[in-house]
Amino acid sequence: MENESDQKLINLGNQNRRDFLKCSAWAGAGVLWMLSGGIPKAFALDAAGKLPEGVSLAGNFHFVQISDSHIGFNKEANPEPIKTLQEAIGRINALPSKPSLILHTGDITHLSKPEQFDTAAEILKGLPAPVHYVPGEHDTLDEGGGKLFLDRYGKGTKGTGWYSFDDHGVHFIALINVLNFKQGSMTSLGDEQLKWLADDLRAVKTSTPIVVFAHIPLWTVYEPWGWGTADGAQAIALLRKYGSVTILNGHIHQVIQKVEGNITFHTARGTAYPQPAPGAAAAPGPMTVPADQLRSYLGITDVKTVQGNHPLALVDSTLV
Amino acid sequence: MKTMYALAICTLMLSAPAYAEDSQISIKDHLFTPSTLTISTGTKVTWTNHDQDPHTVVGRSTQQPFHSSALDTNDTYSYTFTEPGTYQYFCTLHPMMVGKIIVTAGK
Repeated sequence: MENESDQKLINLGNQNRRDFLKCSAWAGAGVLWMLSGGIPKAFALDAAGKLPEGVSLAGNFHFVQISDSHIGFNKEANPEPIKTLQEAIGRINALPSKPSLILHTGDITHLSKPEQFDTAAEILKGLPAPVHYVPGEHDTLDEGGGKLFLDRYGKGTKGTGWYSFDDHGVHFIALINVLNFKQGSMTSLGDEQLKWLADDLRAVKTSTPIVVFAHIPLWTVYEPWGWGTADGAQAIALLRKYGSVTILNGHIHQVIQKVEGNITFHTARGTAYPQPAPGAAAAPGPMTVPADQLRSYLGITDVKTVQGNHPLALVDSTLV
Repeated sequence: MKTMYALAICTLMLSAPAYAEDSQISIKDHLFTPSTLTISTGTKVTWTNHDQDPHTVVGRSTQQPFHSSALDTNDTYSYTFTEPGTYQYFCTLHPMMVGKIIVTAGK
C-alpha cells in the first residue's frame, strides 16, 4: 500500500489527452507527468518550479534523467554548455529529496575528444548520485568508434555497451543505438542486442516496472530527420507484456511524450542547446533562440516510481 | 571595388570548370550541395561544413574508400578521385544525408 502522497499524486489532475499534448509543448517552469492505468495526466508546476501542495518526492524512489550535454560545443546556439550543465546539476542538487540514481542518455561530449570527456567527467562529479550512461552518436566519433566512451563508462557491459541492472524493484535496461548507421535509414539496435534483450527479459516478472534508456528515440518521432530506431519496434514488442514500461531517450533536445498501452515514451530536454520541433525547420541542427530564453529550452527530467501501483511520474523542469 | 573583384573571380571560376583541378561541396542545413557532382579522374573534391552540427563524409565504395573524421563547423575534408565510377557517400551522424560523385575517365 503506497502512502498518502502517492495516492494524491495518482489522483491529481483531470486533464484530458488534448490538454496533455498541449502541456508537452509548453516550455515553462516545468510539468509534472503522471500515469494512471496508462492514461497520462499533467499539470504545471507553480511559478517557482515547486511541486504542488500535498505532492512530495520525499520517502519515494526517484531518479533523474539528464541528456545531451555536448561538452565542447561552442557555437551560437549555446557558447557555454559547461555552464548550463552546471546549472542542471545545481537543479538536481536542489531537489527536495536526493535521487537514488541518475541516467545520462548520451551526447556527453560534442566531438568525443579526450579533453571533452575529461571536462564532462569533472563537472558530472557534482551529481548527488551514481550515474548510468549510454553513449550518443557524438560520443563515438573517436578513431576507435566509441572506445574512449567504453574505456571510461563501459565496464561490465555486454556487446557494444548494453547492460541492465535492478534498483528499488525497478529493472533498468541500457540500450545502444548509435553504432549501426546505414545510409538513408534510421539507426538500429542490431540482432545481437535484440537477442540479448529477449534473454535479459526472460527473468523479469511482468509486474516489475521497467525503465529502458537509450540515446536515440526507440520509437519513430520523425523519420526524415532520422529521429527513430529502425528495429525499435522489435524491442518494444518484447516489452508489451509488462505492466509498466518507461522508455527514456535524448537526442532530439526537447520533450516529446507518447503512451501506447502500458508503455510510456519520453524524450528529455538537453542541457546544451534546443533543436527544432520535428519538421519545423529545414534541418534538425542546433536552434538558436534569444539568449534570455535559452534556459527555458534546457532542463532535466525527474522520474518517480510509485511502488506497487506501477505508474511512474515524470517531472520535466527547465533551467529557469 | 572589392565586390567587383570578388564577382570577377567567381565568374572566372564558374566559367572554367573544365580546367578546375578542385571541386567544392558545401554541407549546409544537413544537405550536401551539390548532392550529385560529376568530375573527371584526378579531381580533388573538398567538402566544407557550414553547419553548427558536426558531419562526416563516408563513402561506401571499397574501390575508393574515402572516409572523413567528424567535421566541426568550417572544417574541410578533401579526397582525390583517381578511378572512374559512381561513388555514393553519406554522413554517419545523420544517415539521411546522402550524396553522389560521378567520376568520368580522363580530361
